[in-house]
Amino acid sequence: MQLPSLLIVIMMLLLQGCSIEPWVMPYERARLADPIMLMDPNPVSSSYLNHVYQARESARGAESGQGGGCGCN
Amino acid sequence: MRRIKTLLTILVLLSTLLFNHAFASASKLEGAAPDFTLDSSSGENIRLSDHLGEVVMINFWASWCGPCRQEMPLLEDLYKKYQMMGFTLLGINVDEERENAESLLEQIPVSFPILFDPDSELSRLYKVKAMPTTILVDRDGQLRVLHKGYQPGFEDQYEADIKALIRE
Amino acid sequence: MVMGLLRQALGVKRHFALIALLLACLPLTAAILPEDRFDALYHYYSGGGVDISGPSLLFRKQVADPVSMSTHYYVDTISSASIDVVTQASPYNEERTEYGLNVDYLNGKSLLSMGYTTSSENDYVANTVNIGISQDFFGDLTNISLGFARGSDTVTRSTDNVFEEQVERRNYRLGLSQILSKNMTVALAFDLTSDEGFLNNPYRRYRYSTVVNGALTEDWNYEVYPGTRTSTALGMRGLYYLPYRAAIGLEVRQFSDTWGVNAQNWQVFYRHPTDTGWLFEVRYRQYSQNQASFYADLFNAPNAQNYMARDKELSTYSSQTFGVTASYGFNTGALSWIERGSVNLSWDYMQFDYANFRDASVDQNEYSVGNEPFYGFSAHIIQLYLSVWY
Repeated sequence: MQLPSLLIVIMMLLLQGCSIEPWVMPYERARLADPIMLMDPNPVSSSYLNHVYQARESARGAESGQGGGCGCN
Repeated sequence: MRRIKTLLTILVLLSTLLFNHAFASASKLEGAAPDFTLDSSSGENIRLSDHLGEVVMINFWASWCGPCRQEMPLLEDLYKKYQMMGFTLLGINVDEERENAESLLEQIPVSFPILFDPDSELSRLYKVKAMPTTILVDRDGQLRVLHKGYQPGFEDQYEADIKALIRE
Repeated sequence: MVMGLLRQALGVKRHFALIALLLACLPLTAAILPEDRFDALYHYYSGGGVDISGPSLLFRKQVADPVSMSTHYYVDTISSASIDVVTQASPYNEERTEYGLNVDYLNGKSLLSMGYTTSSENDYVANTVNIGISQDFFGDLTNISLGFARGSDTVTRSTDNVFEEQVERRNYRLGLSQILSKNMTVALAFDLTSDEGFLNNPYRRYRYSTVVNGALTEDWNYEVYPGTRTSTALGMRGLYYLPYRAAIGLEVRQFSDTWGVNAQNWQVFYRHPTDTGWLFEVRYRQYSQNQASFYADLFNAPNAQNYMARDKELSTYSSQTFGVTASYGFNTGALSWIERGSVNLSWDYMQFDYANFRDASVDQNEYSVGNEPFYGFSAHIIQLYLSVWY
């Protein structure tokens, strides 16, 4: 999926924003609130693992745990 | 080229901030409060219309909702303070599993009635749009005020609403 | 290709402004600041002749009604006899220290973040500034975030006092997080990074074959890299809540850059909590990339091309990682200023297999130049950490 298509998807979501109703009601969010459903429950650990990968791989960016990279050798 | 990019980035951030209006903490409601009967923690069924003549605060909460947990002790204080003046508080729990609610109530015990809405029927009837949701119903059974969510400081607004409705 | 990516980058900037204007008409719901927490982690890496260990600390506290601040401290104590070190230099010990400070400001449903990070070791100093904005809408079902980071590094060489170069880095990030159903969430991230300056390791050399006294042998010269590098990465992560209390996740990422590297990786993980407070996670990750256009394990002459690299990170290779984490969560009664905490131990096992990077450390009598076996290594990664929320 290229960047232009991603942006089109985002903009289409936004254009409907003024009238759209949420399809998951706030009282139905029990499972989503469970800690096992967090995208990044341990930020210190995930940023360390991302650093381990980034130091040994060419690829960088778009990792699940955010935070600045260190730009090391 | 680089300067344009930096300027655009700053413009984006500023415009997003400027377009953020202050978060509305309360809104007025109209109409009669829909009647309901639900099972409660005391074992009996509790009915809204039994409380006509009292100011009723209906609070929708769940065990997994952080702001709800923050709010509970403050609601308990309000209940104890105004109970004798014709005020009652109904805590509507929306957990699918009742035991999750009961284990939270062991940690944060309250004396106001807790009703169980595990199938979310009442939440849909009252068009709950946030967790927690607090609704005030006056002595005539009319819907008056809606508070969506909870942030520290809301309890002062709750108290002001309760006092105003008691005096009517 | 560079012009195409630059045009893409400018397009991204235009769209950012448009997105901000459209955000004006969305219904309002409250977002929240990140929770107060303290994390203390001990990390240990061992593999490929390299041992790295050290602490990683994070401290976050809400300091005012709409403001949360966090600070982090990280150390890598490195003892390296890696394949490059063994073939081109001698084993060394080094320490890298990193500090960072971050401020988060909540305004309605926008979360504005600003941060500064500095990292230093005896031959590399990196400073990064980042800003970001995160916006919730659609009844908190959707979150869009934008981020920008700018870095400025100084590269030196411990073997001489004269060498000093700079690197300028820019990073743009766009994120979208979406709740799809009661049981499923998905997040997309797009990253554009652009580096300019001295982009290679000042110690590393490429090797070329040469004939000395009629015998084929090898010699080494310092690498020459392009002065710019622009890369894009697109990643997606999804989480699904199973019919019983557990979750599975999938993550995929596609990467490409102006050096000709194309990489993809995917990861699956499974999280299993128990009623007694334990949480287990199992994960498997696979990564593969193809080489940079100017990479070769063995060039046929010195200065064979304008740019020459022999960094195994730029070769064609694949890697797999298998990991498990065991966590125990506790609620504290006695220590009333702590709300809850967890103790965690994780182990990851990585394996790298290079398709066109050879092990030049082998006996030259046994293997002729350019016919050495391909290199591969495996590594163990251990993390032990404590997290408390207060």
